[in-house]
Amino acid sequence: MKYMLTLYAAPDAEPSPGTPEFDAMMGEYFGLEEKMKGVATFLAGEGLQPVQTATTLRKREGRVETMDGPFAETREHLGGFYLIEAADLDAALRFAAEIPAARYGSVEVRPVMEY
Amino acid sequence: MIEATLGRVMQDDRGRLLAALIARTGDFQRAEDALQEAAASALVHWGRAGVPASPTGWLLRAALRKAIDGYRRDTTLSRHRDAIAVLAEEEAADPDPQTIPDDRLRLIFTCCHPALEEKSRIALTLRSLCGLTTAQVAAVFLDAEPTMGQRLSRAKAKIAAARIPFTVPGAEDLPDRLNSVLTVVYLIYTAGYAQGPQIGIDLCTEAIFLARLLLQLAPDQPEVEAALALLLLTQARAAARIGPDGQSLPPIRQDRSLWNRAALDEGLALLDRAISRRAPGPFQLKAAIAALHSADGPPDWPQIAALYARLHDYEPTPVIALNHAVALAESGQLAQALAQVQALGAQLDGYQPFHAARADFLARIGDSASARPEYLRAIALAGSEADRSFLQARLSALK
Repeated sequence: MKYMLTLYAAPDAEPSPGTPEFDAMMGEYFGLEEKMKGVATFLAGEGLQPVQTATTLRKREGRVETMDGPFAETREHLGGFYLIEAADLDAALRFAAEIPAARYGSVEVRPVMEY
Repeated sequence: MIEATLGRVMQDDRGRLLAALIARTGDFQRAEDALQEAAASALVHWGRAGVPASPTGWLLRAALRKAIDGYRRDTTLSRHRDAIAVLAEEEAADPDPQTIPDDRLRLIFTCCHPALEEKSRIALTLRSLCGLTTAQVAAVFLDAEPTMGQRLSRAKAKIAAARIPFTVPGAEDLPDRLNSVLTVVYLIYTAGYAQGPQIGIDLCTEAIFLARLLLQLAPDQPEVEAALALLLLTQARAAARIGPDGQSLPPIRQDRSLWNRAALDEGLALLDRAISRRAPGPFQLKAAIAALHSADGPPDWPQIAALYARLHDYEPTPVIALNHAVALAESGQLAQALAQVQALGAQLDGYQPFHAARADFLARIGDSASARPEYLRAIALAGSEADRSFLQARLSALK
Protein backbone atom coordinates (compact mmCIF):
# COMPACT_ATOMS: atom_id res chain seq x y z
CA MET A 1 0.00 0.00 0.00
CA LYS A 2 1.26 3.48 -0.85
CA TYR A 3 1.48 6.23 1.75
CA MET A 4 2.19 9.92 1.25
CA LEU A 5 4.24 11.46 4.03
CA THR A 6 4.11 15.25 4.09
CA LEU A 7 6.61 17.19 6.18
CA TYR A 8 5.61 20.36 8.02
CA ALA A 9 7.86 22.61 10.08
CA ALA A 10 8.25 26.21 11.15
CA PRO A 11 11.17 27.70 9.20
CA ASP A 12 12.91 28.89 12.37
CA ALA A 13 12.63 25.47 14.02
CA GLU A 14 14.98 23.62 11.71
CA PRO A 15 18.79 23.88 11.72
CA SER A 16 20.17 26.68 9.50
CA PRO A 17 22.29 25.88 6.45
CA GLY A 18 26.02 26.07 7.14
CA THR A 19 25.79 24.72 10.69
CA PRO A 20 27.07 21.24 11.66
CA GLU A 21 23.49 20.42 12.80
CA PHE A 22 22.24 21.17 9.29
CA ASP A 23 24.87 18.91 7.72
CA ALA A 24 24.00 16.10 10.15
CA MET A 25 20.31 16.51 9.30
CA MET A 26 20.96 16.39 5.56
CA GLY A 27 23.06 13.27 6.11
CA GLU A 28 20.09 11.67 7.82
CA TYR A 29 17.79 12.59 4.92
CA PHE A 30 20.20 11.15 2.37
CA GLY A 31 20.62 7.93 4.39
CA LEU A 32 16.92 7.41 5.09
CA GLU A 33 16.06 5.32 2.03
CA GLU A 34 18.87 2.88 2.77
CA LYS A 35 18.18 2.79 6.51
CA MET A 36 14.49 1.98 6.06
CA LYS A 37 15.00 -0.92 3.63
CA GLY A 38 13.02 -3.84 5.01
CA VAL A 39 10.53 -1.50 6.71
CA ALA A 40 9.17 0.38 3.69
CA THR A 41 10.18 1.10 0.12
CA PHE A 42 11.06 4.62 -0.96
CA LEU A 43 9.21 5.51 -4.18
CA ALA A 44 9.75 9.26 -4.39
CA GLY A 45 10.58 12.22 -2.22
CA GLU A 46 11.61 15.84 -2.55
CA GLY A 47 12.32 18.84 -0.41
CA LEU A 48 10.61 22.08 -1.40
CA GLN A 49 11.93 25.63 -1.75
CA PRO A 50 10.85 28.01 1.02
CA VAL A 51 7.23 29.07 1.18
CA GLN A 52 8.11 32.60 -0.06
CA THR A 53 8.55 31.03 -3.50
CA ALA A 54 5.02 29.58 -3.57
CA THR A 55 2.25 30.74 -5.88
CA THR A 56 -1.35 29.67 -5.32
CA LEU A 57 -3.75 29.48 -8.21
CA ARG A 58 -7.44 28.93 -8.64
CA LYS A 59 -9.81 29.08 -11.56
CA ARG A 60 -13.28 30.54 -11.14
CA GLU A 61 -15.75 30.94 -14.00
CA GLY A 62 -12.98 30.34 -16.46
CA ARG A 63 -10.71 33.01 -14.99
CA VAL A 64 -7.36 32.19 -13.47
CA GLU A 65 -6.55 33.99 -10.25
CA THR A 66 -3.01 33.76 -8.91
CA MET A 67 -1.85 34.71 -5.47
CA ASP A 68 1.60 35.17 -4.01
CA GLY A 69 2.19 32.71 -1.17
CA PRO A 70 1.00 29.34 0.09
CA PHE A 71 -2.59 28.04 0.13
CA ALA A 72 -2.84 28.19 3.92
CA GLU A 73 -1.21 30.80 6.14
CA THR A 74 0.13 28.61 8.92
CA ARG A 75 3.20 28.78 11.11
CA GLU A 76 4.33 25.34 10.00
CA HIS A 77 4.87 25.09 6.26
CA LEU A 78 4.85 22.15 3.92
CA GLY A 79 8.55 21.57 3.33
CA GLY A 80 8.75 18.26 1.52
CA PHE A 81 7.23 14.86 0.97
CA TYR A 82 7.90 11.17 0.66
CA LEU A 83 5.93 8.60 -1.26
CA ILE A 84 6.55 5.13 0.14
CA GLU A 85 5.24 1.61 -0.26
CA ALA A 86 4.57 -0.06 3.10
CA ALA A 87 2.75 -3.20 4.25
CA ASP A 88 0.56 -1.34 6.73
CA LEU A 89 0.22 1.84 8.76
CA ASP A 90 2.63 0.59 11.43
CA ALA A 91 5.42 0.27 8.85
CA ALA A 92 4.58 3.69 7.39
CA LEU A 93 4.65 5.24 10.87
CA ARG A 94 8.01 3.62 11.58
CA PHE A 95 9.39 5.26 8.43
CA ALA A 96 7.84 8.60 9.40
CA ALA A 97 9.41 8.45 12.85
CA GLU A 98 12.89 8.38 11.30
CA ILE A 99 12.39 11.55 9.22
CA PRO A 100 14.33 14.41 10.86
CA ALA A 101 11.35 16.78 10.39
CA ALA A 102 9.39 14.65 12.87
CA ARG A 103 11.69 15.98 15.61
CA TYR A 104 11.29 19.71 14.96
CA GLY A 105 8.00 19.72 13.02
CA SER A 106 5.34 17.18 12.09
CA VAL A 107 4.89 14.44 9.55
CA GLU A 108 1.41 13.66 8.23
CA VAL A 109 0.89 10.09 7.03
CA ARG A 110 -1.92 9.51 4.52
CA PRO A 111 -2.79 6.42 2.52
CA VAL A 112 -2.87 7.03 -1.23
CA MET A 113 -6.18 6.45 -2.98
CA GLU A 114 -6.37 3.21 -4.91
CA TYR A 115 -8.41 3.17 -8.13
CA MET B 1 -36.20 -17.16 25.44
CA ILE B 2 -34.36 -17.50 22.11
CA GLU B 3 -33.67 -13.77 22.17
CA ALA B 4 -32.29 -13.97 25.70
CA THR B 5 -29.98 -16.88 24.77
CA LEU B 6 -28.78 -15.09 21.66
CA GLY B 7 -28.27 -11.89 23.62
CA ARG B 8 -26.16 -13.70 26.18
CA VAL B 9 -24.04 -15.50 23.57
CA MET B 10 -23.51 -12.25 21.67
CA GLN B 11 -22.48 -10.44 24.81
CA ASP B 12 -20.15 -13.17 26.08
CA ASP B 13 -18.62 -14.27 22.78
CA ARG B 14 -18.89 -11.21 20.56
CA GLY B 15 -15.22 -10.32 20.97
CA ARG B 16 -14.04 -13.83 20.17
CA LEU B 17 -16.32 -14.21 17.15
CA LEU B 18 -15.50 -10.77 15.82
CA ALA B 19 -11.76 -11.33 16.24
CA ALA B 20 -12.00 -14.68 14.43
CA LEU B 21 -13.96 -13.07 11.59
CA ILE B 22 -11.59 -10.11 11.22
CA ALA B 23 -8.64 -12.50 11.18
CA ARG B 24 -10.30 -14.32 8.27
CA THR B 25 -11.76 -11.41 6.30
CA GLY B 26 -9.11 -8.82 7.15
CA ASP B 27 -11.93 -6.31 7.24
CA PHE B 28 -13.42 -4.92 10.45
CA GLN B 29 -16.64 -3.64 8.92
CA ARG B 30 -17.32 -6.80 6.86
CA ALA B 31 -16.70 -8.95 9.91
CA GLU B 32 -19.10 -6.90 11.99
CA ASP B 33 -21.78 -6.88 9.28
CA ALA B 34 -21.46 -10.65 8.84
CA LEU B 35 -21.81 -11.25 12.57
CA GLN B 36 -24.83 -8.95 12.71
CA GLU B 37 -26.51 -10.82 9.85
CA ALA B 38 -25.68 -14.17 11.44
CA ALA B 39 -27.33 -13.03 14.67
CA ALA B 40 -30.41 -11.96 12.75
CA SER B 41 -30.73 -15.33 11.06
CA ALA B 42 -30.06 -17.12 14.37
CA LEU B 43 -33.26 -15.58 15.71
CA VAL B 44 -35.23 -17.13 12.83
CA HIS B 45 -33.48 -20.54 12.72
CA TRP B 46 -33.22 -21.14 16.43
CA GLY B 47 -36.86 -20.19 16.79
CA ARG B 48 -37.78 -22.94 14.32
CA ALA B 49 -35.25 -25.66 15.09
CA GLY B 50 -34.30 -24.89 18.68
CA VAL B 51 -31.02 -23.55 20.07
CA PRO B 52 -28.10 -25.54 18.60
CA ALA B 53 -25.74 -27.52 20.82
CA SER B 54 -22.98 -24.95 20.26
CA PRO B 55 -24.62 -21.57 19.70
CA THR B 56 -21.23 -19.86 19.28
CA GLY B 57 -20.11 -22.42 16.69
CA TRP B 58 -23.39 -21.97 14.82
CA LEU B 59 -22.92 -18.21 14.79
CA LEU B 60 -19.33 -18.44 13.54
CA ARG B 61 -20.33 -20.73 10.69
CA ALA B 62 -23.30 -18.61 9.75
CA ALA B 63 -21.17 -15.46 9.88
CA LEU B 64 -18.55 -17.01 7.58
CA ARG B 65 -21.33 -17.78 5.09
CA LYS B 66 -22.63 -14.23 5.40
CA ALA B 67 -19.13 -12.86 4.81
CA ILE B 68 -18.86 -14.95 1.63
CA ASP B 69 -22.27 -13.63 0.52
CA GLY B 70 -21.06 -10.13 1.27
CA TYR B 71 -18.01 -10.55 -0.96
CA ARG B 72 -20.16 -12.05 -3.74
CA ARG B 73 -22.51 -9.05 -3.64
CA ASP B 74 -19.55 -6.72 -3.96
CA THR B 75 -19.14 -5.29 -7.45
CA THR B 76 -15.37 -5.61 -7.29
CA LEU B 77 -15.79 -9.37 -6.92
CA SER B 78 -12.63 -10.30 -8.81
CA ARG B 79 -10.49 -8.72 -6.07
CA HIS B 80 -12.01 -10.99 -3.46
CA ARG B 81 -11.60 -14.45 -5.05
CA ASP B 82 -8.83 -15.41 -2.62
CA ALA B 83 -10.73 -14.19 0.41
CA ILE B 84 -13.80 -16.17 -0.62
CA ALA B 85 -11.76 -19.34 -1.08
CA VAL B 86 -10.26 -19.02 2.40
CA LEU B 87 -13.64 -18.38 4.00
CA ALA B 88 -15.33 -21.25 2.15
CA GLU B 89 -12.65 -23.64 3.34
CA GLU B 90 -13.03 -22.47 6.91
CA GLU B 91 -16.79 -22.74 6.76
CA ALA B 92 -16.69 -26.26 5.33
CA ALA B 93 -14.36 -27.36 8.14
CA ASP B 94 -17.17 -26.67 10.66
CA PRO B 95 -15.04 -24.49 12.91
CA ASP B 96 -15.37 -24.85 16.66
CA PRO B 97 -14.83 -21.47 18.39
CA GLN B 98 -13.40 -23.28 21.41
CA THR B 99 -10.52 -24.75 19.41
CA ILE B 100 -9.69 -22.01 16.91
CA PRO B 101 -6.99 -19.59 18.08
CA ASP B 102 -8.25 -16.73 20.21
CA ASP B 103 -7.61 -13.59 18.15
CA ARG B 104 -8.90 -11.13 20.70
CA LEU B 105 -5.40 -9.88 21.55
CA ARG B 106 -4.96 -8.75 17.95
CA LEU B 107 -8.39 -7.17 18.08
CA ILE B 108 -7.63 -5.14 21.19
CA PHE B 109 -4.37 -3.86 19.73
CA THR B 110 -6.26 -2.73 16.62
CA CYS B 111 -9.04 -1.06 18.63
CA CYS B 112 -6.50 0.78 20.81
CA HIS B 113 -4.19 1.83 17.97
CA PRO B 114 -2.67 5.27 18.66
CA ALA B 115 -3.63 6.40 15.14
CA LEU B 116 -7.25 6.47 16.37
CA GLU B 117 -8.65 9.23 18.55
CA GLU B 118 -8.64 8.27 22.22
CA LYS B 119 -12.42 8.44 22.59
CA SER B 120 -12.81 6.20 19.54
CA ARG B 121 -10.35 3.69 21.02
CA ILE B 122 -12.46 3.47 24.17
CA ALA B 123 -15.71 3.23 22.21
CA LEU B 124 -14.40 0.56 19.81
CA THR B 125 -13.02 -1.50 22.69
CA LEU B 126 -16.29 -1.37 24.61
CA ARG B 127 -18.27 -2.26 21.48
CA SER B 128 -15.96 -4.96 20.12
CA LEU B 129 -14.50 -6.65 23.18
CA CYS B 130 -16.99 -5.97 25.96
CA GLY B 131 -20.00 -6.65 23.73
CA LEU B 132 -21.76 -3.37 24.57
CA THR B 133 -24.35 -2.25 22.03
CA THR B 134 -23.83 1.04 20.19
CA ALA B 135 -26.67 2.49 22.30
CA GLN B 136 -24.88 1.47 25.50
CA VAL B 137 -21.55 2.91 24.33
CA ALA B 138 -23.36 6.13 23.42
CA ALA B 139 -24.91 6.24 26.90
CA VAL B 140 -21.48 5.88 28.50
CA PHE B 141 -20.33 9.07 26.77
CA LEU B 142 -23.72 10.79 27.08
CA ASP B 143 -23.78 10.93 23.27
CA ALA B 144 -26.77 10.39 21.01
CA GLU B 145 -26.77 6.90 19.49
CA PRO B 146 -26.42 8.10 15.85
CA THR B 147 -23.45 10.29 16.85
CA MET B 148 -21.71 7.32 18.46
CA GLY B 149 -22.64 5.13 15.47
CA GLN B 150 -20.91 7.62 13.17
CA ARG B 151 -17.84 7.76 15.41
CA LEU B 152 -17.55 3.96 15.36
CA SER B 153 -18.04 3.87 11.57
CA ARG B 154 -15.38 6.54 11.02
CA ALA B 155 -12.92 4.62 13.17
CA LYS B 156 -13.56 1.37 11.28
CA ALA B 157 -13.29 3.19 7.95
CA LYS B 158 -9.90 4.56 8.99
CA ILE B 159 -8.72 1.12 10.11
CA ALA B 160 -9.55 -0.17 6.64
CA ALA B 161 -8.39 2.81 4.54
CA ALA B 162 -5.11 3.52 6.36
CA ARG B 163 -4.57 -0.20 6.84
CA ILE B 164 -4.15 -0.27 10.58
CA PRO B 165 -2.89 -3.81 11.02
CA PHE B 166 -4.79 -6.56 12.83
CA THR B 167 -1.77 -7.87 14.64
CA VAL B 168 0.09 -8.01 17.92
CA PRO B 169 2.96 -5.52 17.54
CA GLY B 170 6.54 -6.72 17.38
CA ALA B 171 8.94 -6.49 20.32
CA GLU B 172 10.20 -3.03 19.33
CA ASP B 173 6.75 -1.39 19.36
CA LEU B 174 5.19 -3.56 22.07
CA PRO B 175 5.91 -1.44 25.18
CA ASP B 176 4.33 1.72 23.70
CA ARG B 177 1.42 -0.09 22.10
CA LEU B 178 0.70 -2.13 25.22
CA ASN B 179 0.71 1.09 27.20
CA SER B 180 -1.87 2.50 24.79
CA VAL B 181 -4.09 -0.57 25.35
CA LEU B 182 -3.70 -0.45 29.13
CA THR B 183 -4.43 3.27 29.15
CA VAL B 184 -7.74 2.60 27.38
CA VAL B 185 -8.58 -0.07 29.97
CA TYR B 186 -7.67 2.32 32.77
CA LEU B 187 -9.73 5.16 31.27
CA ILE B 188 -12.73 2.82 31.07
CA TYR B 189 -12.20 2.03 34.74
CA THR B 190 -11.87 5.64 35.87
CA ALA B 191 -14.97 6.62 33.88
CA GLY B 192 -16.88 3.88 35.70
CA TYR B 193 -15.40 4.95 39.03
CA ALA B 194 -16.53 8.52 38.50
CA GLN B 195 -20.03 7.67 37.21
CA GLY B 196 -20.94 4.58 39.21
CA PRO B 197 -23.03 1.87 37.51
CA GLN B 198 -25.37 3.40 34.95
CA ILE B 199 -28.16 2.01 32.81
CA GLY B 200 -27.13 -1.50 33.74
CA ILE B 201 -23.48 -1.09 32.69
CA ASP B 202 -20.68 -1.06 35.21
CA LEU B 203 -17.58 0.18 33.42
CA CYS B 204 -15.40 -0.80 36.39
CA THR B 205 -16.44 -4.42 35.89
CA GLU B 206 -15.86 -4.13 32.13
CA ALA B 207 -12.36 -2.72 32.69
CA ILE B 208 -11.46 -5.51 35.11
CA PHE B 209 -12.81 -8.03 32.58
CA LEU B 210 -10.55 -6.50 29.90
CA ALA B 211 -7.51 -6.50 32.17
CA ARG B 212 -8.11 -10.16 33.06
CA LEU B 213 -8.56 -11.00 29.39
CA LEU B 214 -5.26 -9.27 28.54
CA LEU B 215 -3.50 -11.15 31.31
CA GLN B 216 -4.87 -14.41 29.96
CA LEU B 217 -3.85 -13.57 26.37
CA ALA B 218 -0.51 -11.96 27.19
CA PRO B 219 0.76 -13.63 30.35
CA ASP B 220 4.23 -12.73 31.67
CA GLN B 221 3.81 -9.04 30.79
CA PRO B 222 4.58 -7.11 33.99
CA GLU B 223 2.69 -4.02 32.82
CA VAL B 224 -0.47 -6.09 32.26
CA GLU B 225 -0.14 -7.69 35.69
CA ALA B 226 0.37 -4.26 37.21
CA ALA B 227 -2.61 -2.73 35.37
CA LEU B 228 -4.91 -5.46 36.72
CA ALA B 229 -3.32 -4.98 40.15
CA LEU B 230 -4.02 -1.23 39.98
CA LEU B 231 -7.68 -1.82 39.12
CA LEU B 232 -8.13 -4.45 41.85
CA LEU B 233 -6.41 -2.33 44.51
CA THR B 234 -8.64 0.62 43.64
CA GLN B 235 -11.77 -1.51 43.36
CA ALA B 236 -11.06 -3.11 46.74
CA ARG B 237 -11.58 0.27 48.39
CA ALA B 238 -14.59 1.35 46.31
CA ALA B 239 -17.23 0.56 48.93
CA ALA B 240 -15.42 2.64 51.55
CA ARG B 241 -14.55 5.71 49.53
CA ILE B 242 -17.60 7.73 50.59
CA GLY B 243 -18.14 8.20 54.32
CA PRO B 244 -21.51 7.94 56.12
CA ASP B 245 -21.91 11.74 55.87
CA GLY B 246 -21.51 11.63 52.08
CA GLN B 247 -17.95 12.97 52.03
CA SER B 248 -15.12 11.54 49.88
CA LEU B 249 -12.62 9.90 52.19
CA PRO B 250 -8.89 9.37 51.52
CA PRO B 251 -7.83 5.73 52.10
CA ILE B 252 -6.30 6.55 55.48
CA ARG B 253 -9.69 7.66 56.86
CA GLN B 254 -11.77 4.87 55.30
CA ASP B 255 -13.51 2.11 57.26
CA ARG B 256 -11.20 -0.77 56.38
CA SER B 257 -13.78 -3.41 57.29
CA LEU B 258 -15.54 -2.31 54.08
CA TRP B 259 -12.47 -3.10 51.93
CA ASN B 260 -12.61 -6.16 49.72
CA ARG B 261 -9.81 -8.26 51.19
CA ALA B 262 -9.78 -10.81 48.35
CA ALA B 263 -9.39 -8.12 45.67
CA LEU B 264 -6.70 -6.39 47.74
CA ASP B 265 -4.70 -9.60 48.22
CA GLU B 266 -4.99 -10.53 44.54
CA GLY B 267 -3.85 -7.04 43.55
CA LEU B 268 -0.85 -7.12 45.88
CA ALA B 269 0.17 -10.60 44.67
CA LEU B 270 -0.06 -9.49 41.02
CA LEU B 271 2.03 -6.41 41.75
CA ASP B 272 4.70 -8.51 43.50
CA ARG B 273 4.81 -10.82 40.50
CA ALA B 274 5.12 -7.88 38.10
CA ILE B 275 7.92 -6.20 40.05
CA SER B 276 9.85 -9.47 40.36
CA ARG B 277 10.21 -9.49 36.55
CA ARG B 278 12.50 -6.46 36.80
CA ALA B 279 11.11 -4.61 33.78
CA PRO B 280 9.69 -1.41 35.27
CA GLY B 281 6.90 0.59 33.66
CA PRO B 282 4.29 3.25 34.40
CA PHE B 283 1.53 0.86 35.48
CA GLN B 284 3.84 -0.82 37.98
CA LEU B 285 4.54 2.60 39.49
CA LYS B 286 0.82 3.47 39.61
CA ALA B 287 -0.05 0.11 41.19
CA ALA B 288 2.79 0.49 43.71
CA ILE B 289 1.39 3.90 44.70
CA ALA B 290 -2.10 2.37 45.09
CA ALA B 291 -0.60 -0.42 47.21
CA LEU B 292 1.12 2.09 49.52
CA HIS B 293 -2.24 3.81 50.04
CA SER B 294 -3.71 0.46 51.13
CA ALA B 295 -0.95 -0.38 53.59
CA ASP B 296 -1.71 -0.77 57.29
CA GLY B 297 -1.09 2.44 59.16
CA PRO B 298 -0.31 5.81 57.60
CA PRO B 299 0.95 5.78 54.00
CA ASP B 300 4.69 6.02 53.35
CA TRP B 301 4.56 9.49 51.76
CA PRO B 302 8.30 9.90 50.99
CA GLN B 303 8.13 6.60 49.09
CA ILE B 304 4.95 7.71 47.26
CA ALA B 305 6.68 11.00 46.34
CA ALA B 306 9.65 9.07 44.95
CA LEU B 307 7.32 6.85 42.86
CA TYR B 308 5.50 9.89 41.46
CA ALA B 309 8.83 11.45 40.52
CA ARG B 310 9.70 8.31 38.54
CA LEU B 311 6.22 8.16 37.01
CA HIS B 312 6.70 11.75 35.85
CA ASP B 313 9.72 10.56 33.81
CA TYR B 314 7.37 8.23 31.88
CA GLU B 315 4.40 10.58 31.73
CA PRO B 316 5.43 14.21 32.17
CA THR B 317 1.88 15.50 32.65
CA PRO B 318 0.81 18.35 34.94
CA VAL B 319 -1.58 16.02 36.80
CA ILE B 320 1.27 13.71 37.79
CA ALA B 321 3.37 16.72 38.79
CA LEU B 322 0.44 17.81 40.99
CA ASN B 323 0.20 14.36 42.63
CA HIS B 324 3.93 14.48 43.20
CA ALA B 325 3.56 17.86 44.91
CA VAL B 326 0.79 16.48 47.17
CA ALA B 327 3.04 13.58 48.19
CA LEU B 328 5.88 16.04 48.91
CA ALA B 329 3.59 18.14 51.09
CA GLU B 330 2.46 15.05 52.98
CA SER B 331 6.13 14.15 53.51
CA GLY B 332 6.65 17.53 55.16
CA GLN B 333 8.36 19.22 52.20
CA LEU B 334 5.79 22.01 52.03
CA ALA B 335 8.00 24.70 50.51
CA GLN B 336 9.00 22.47 47.61
CA ALA B 337 5.39 21.32 47.17
CA LEU B 338 4.10 24.89 47.00
CA ALA B 339 6.77 25.94 44.52
CA GLN B 340 5.97 22.96 42.31
CA VAL B 341 2.21 23.52 42.39
CA GLN B 342 2.66 27.26 41.71
CA ALA B 343 4.30 26.42 38.40
CA LEU B 344 1.29 24.33 37.29
CA GLY B 345 -1.30 27.10 37.56
CA ALA B 346 -1.40 27.95 33.86
CA GLN B 347 -2.05 24.34 32.82
CA LEU B 348 -4.39 23.22 35.60
CA ASP B 349 -6.51 26.29 36.26
CA GLY B 350 -9.77 24.47 35.46
CA TYR B 351 -8.83 21.34 37.43
CA GLN B 352 -10.48 21.02 40.83
CA PRO B 353 -7.75 18.93 42.54
CA PHE B 354 -5.19 21.63 41.67
CA HIS B 355 -7.07 24.28 43.64
CA ALA B 356 -7.87 21.84 46.45
CA ALA B 357 -4.18 20.94 46.79
CA ARG B 358 -3.03 24.54 46.63
CA ALA B 359 -5.62 25.54 49.24
CA ASP B 360 -4.46 22.72 51.50
CA PHE B 361 -0.76 23.69 51.21
CA LEU B 362 -1.54 27.35 51.92
CA ALA B 363 -3.67 26.40 54.93
CA ARG B 364 -0.81 24.30 56.28
CA ILE B 365 1.64 27.17 56.19
CA GLY B 366 -0.98 29.27 58.00
CA ASP B 367 -1.91 31.50 55.03
CA SER B 368 -5.69 31.21 55.44
CA ALA B 369 -6.32 34.41 53.51
CA SER B 370 -4.81 32.92 50.36
CA ALA B 371 -6.26 29.45 51.03
CA ARG B 372 -9.87 30.67 51.19
CA PRO B 373 -10.31 31.76 47.51
CA GLU B 374 -8.56 28.55 46.39
CA TYR B 375 -11.09 26.44 48.34
CA LEU B 376 -13.95 28.44 46.85
CA ARG B 377 -12.58 27.87 43.34
CA ALA B 378 -12.19 24.13 44.04
CA ILE B 379 -15.76 23.93 45.37
CA ALA B 380 -17.03 25.69 42.24
CA LEU B 381 -15.22 23.13 40.08
CA ALA B 382 -16.14 20.02 42.13
CA GLY B 383 -17.83 17.33 40.04
CA SER B 384 -19.60 15.43 42.81
CA GLU B 385 -21.51 16.22 45.97
CA ALA B 386 -19.06 14.07 47.94
CA ASP B 387 -16.10 16.19 46.82
CA ARG B 388 -17.98 19.43 47.38
CA SER B 389 -18.93 18.40 50.89
CA PHE B 390 -15.30 17.41 51.69
CA LEU B 391 -13.97 20.75 50.43
CA GLN B 392 -16.68 22.71 52.27
CA ALA B 393 -15.63 21.05 55.52
CA ARG B 394 -11.99 22.00 54.89
CA LEU B 395 -12.98 25.57 54.13
CA SER B 396 -15.01 25.82 57.36
CA ALA B 397 -12.03 24.49 59.33
CA LEU B 398 -9.83 27.42 58.19
CA LYS B 399 -8.89 29.80 60.97
